[in-house]
Amino acid sequence: MQKFDKLTGVAAPMPMINIDTDMIIPKQHLKTIKRTGLGKALFDEMRYEADGSEKPGFVLNQPAYRKAQVLVVGANFGCGSSREHAPWALLDFGIRCVIAPSFADIFHSNCFKNGILPIPLPQEAVDKLMDDARKGANAQITIDLERQEIIRPDGEVIAFRIDAFRRHCLLNGLDDIGLTMQKGGDVEGYEARQKTTQPWLSMAPG
Amino acid sequence: MSKPRTLFDKIWANHLVHTQDDGTCLIYIDRHLVHEVTSPQAFEGLRAAGRKVRRPDLTIAVADHNVPTTDRSKGIEDPESRTQIETLEQNVREFGVPYFAMDDVRQGIVHIIGPEQGMTLPGMTIVCGDSHTSTHGAFGALAFGIGTSEVEHVLATQTLIQKPARNMRITVDGELPAGVTAKDLVLAIIGRIGTAGGTGHVIEYAGSAIRGLSMEGRMTVCNMSIEAGARAGLIAPDETTYAYVKGRPHAPKAGQWEAALAHWRTLPSDPGATYDKEVSIDAASLVPHVTWGTSPQDVAPVTGRVPDPAQEPDAGRRAAIERALAYMGLQPGTRIADVRIDKVFIGSCTNGRIEDLRAAARIASGRKVAAHVQALVVPGSGLVKEQAEQEGLDKVFRAAGFEWREPGCSMCLAMNADRLEPGERCGSTSNRNFEGRQGRGGRTHLMSPEMAAASAIAGTIADPRAA
Repeated sequence: MQKFDKLTGVAAPMPMINIDTDMIIPKQHLKTIKRTGLGKALFDEMRYEADGSEKPGFVLNQPAYRKAQVLVVGANFGCGSSREHAPWALLDFGIRCVIAPSFADIFHSNCFKNGILPIPLPQEAVDKLMDDARKGANAQITIDLERQEIIRPDGEVIAFRIDAFRRHCLLNGLDDIGLTMQKGGDVEGYEARQKTTQPWLSMAPG
Repeated sequence: MSKPRTLFDKIWANHLVHTQDDGTCLIYIDRHLVHEVTSPQAFEGLRAAGRKVRRPDLTIAVADHNVPTTDRSKGIEDPESRTQIETLEQNVREFGVPYFAMDDVRQGIVHIIGPEQGMTLPGMTIVCGDSHTSTHGAFGALAFGIGTSEVEHVLATQTLIQKPARNMRITVDGELPAGVTAKDLVLAIIGRIGTAGGTGHVIEYAGSAIRGLSMEGRMTVCNMSIEAGARAGLIAPDETTYAYVKGRPHAPKAGQWEAALAHWRTLPSDPGATYDKEVSIDAASLVPHVTWGTSPQDVAPVTGRVPDPAQEPDAGRRAAIERALAYMGLQPGTRIADVRIDKVFIGSCTNGRIEDLRAAARIASGRKVAAHVQALVVPGSGLVKEQAEQEGLDKVFRAAGFEWREPGCSMCLAMNADRLEPGERCGSTSNRNFEGRQGRGGRTHLMSPEMAAASAIAGTIADPRAA
């Protein structure tokens, strides 16, 4: 997994609440068997007309935001479907950080598996960053995960908190499966106990 | 004396493999359900790392999202859908995962077949790369949706890295009035607590109205927990649960049944257990509900009207209502019962079980679908379809002008050929009314099977109590 430590970039404003994962990446793009290449389909139905041409009003189609690395969004971002295609599409577009008053649980968890940093902040702080984002390419913001700080274009610092273990994995680009494999002994012990106490759980024939 | 624990607390504690100092837990997964859309990248990851599936005997795979609901002997026309299913078939062969093929009568929507086969049991942890895994909570199992990276993690290790959720309890006491279903109940709950009302929590549904529900009704309620933001819903197992489970193919066999039952009886929340959040609802006050907007929280009584955004004090919410009404092509103040529909979809993991089809058939019997409406009935599994046909429900539906289809997810998310055209309006028994969910530009009104059948006949959204 790609590490996340510090980035400075353009933030795109999307003040809508309840942006669901069907909006982030609609189902016709879920037929892929790959993780990559979904960036062009990010926000498909908001971003393109039915004929495939761009909707000029959509934020990521505007010149200032075509290379945005941060999204500032409304509450409950990523609700709905568990599709990890949503963070894959964001990442493939170039988004590495999403800032919102709140996130839906599954999307929030999926971000950390893909090197994307979701930052929940109080509404007032999100409002300030939304104002910054509206200023376009002239108003870059810096996100420093090590220090857990966002630095606004005017230099104001907004502190945030990320779960310690998730922060550690993101800072070091650690693979969860590798970490769990190191606990193989604990898993075997658990399985041995479960086989005795709940032998009905296995579906193995015979 | 130990502190009283909730059902969730007990299942969590029973599955702890390891706890880090910071409280991050490694939990064991008893059942892993796999489908074609969210698994290819996970199997690819295993292959790239030279890993195998740790417990194929706790895993079951099935194709449901992309499968055609029309004649399957012709194969799958869409090349991408076909590739995705072929990829699943290759993966299950290579990794030795049990699989119900498209021509197997046991094939169906993953959340229908788990319970049907007795793979879903009380006290288990169950995951699937699908947010509606919450369905299985109806059995008192901790069941939740995961992303594809987590699918890969479970395939490789049979565990997940998690932090415990908070406990929420929704108590529904009293009796549901005649004509008010489990779907109406869960829509009313989501309308009340909002689409993020359960975020960070596992919702335990309790109270006499919940205990009075059949397993099918309980599954409908737990299924839509995710639409209230909760990863999982839970209902304590009881005699209704045990009667449903007993005798199913993967239920504990005679020699183990008593031991399993003894374990399951320890699971219900202890008296005095505390919850981080509590909501109570009076069942007797409920009426049939339907959605008018593009979030499952946008609900109204079927006897009500489309809301006016001008009445909404919160700016973000007002903007969301305005956007939803523009998308849905609805004017504030319109009577819900005056909203004309083009299509009806009866099916999905929310309402594609035998009881749902019986309820819809009761309304459809002896009547005719309105001339301008296309109505689809898509059973949740091959076994549901078979049983419905044994009961003659297919004949009732066909005589009334409904189409009787093969099992799958179908128009719930329109990954196969079943979808809405731009601007088309659908009465749907599924779970999500998001923009574009049933097809680009399609307009979805979520409702019960009874209301869907009544609406198909009326040609407008209709109160099933009057049908």
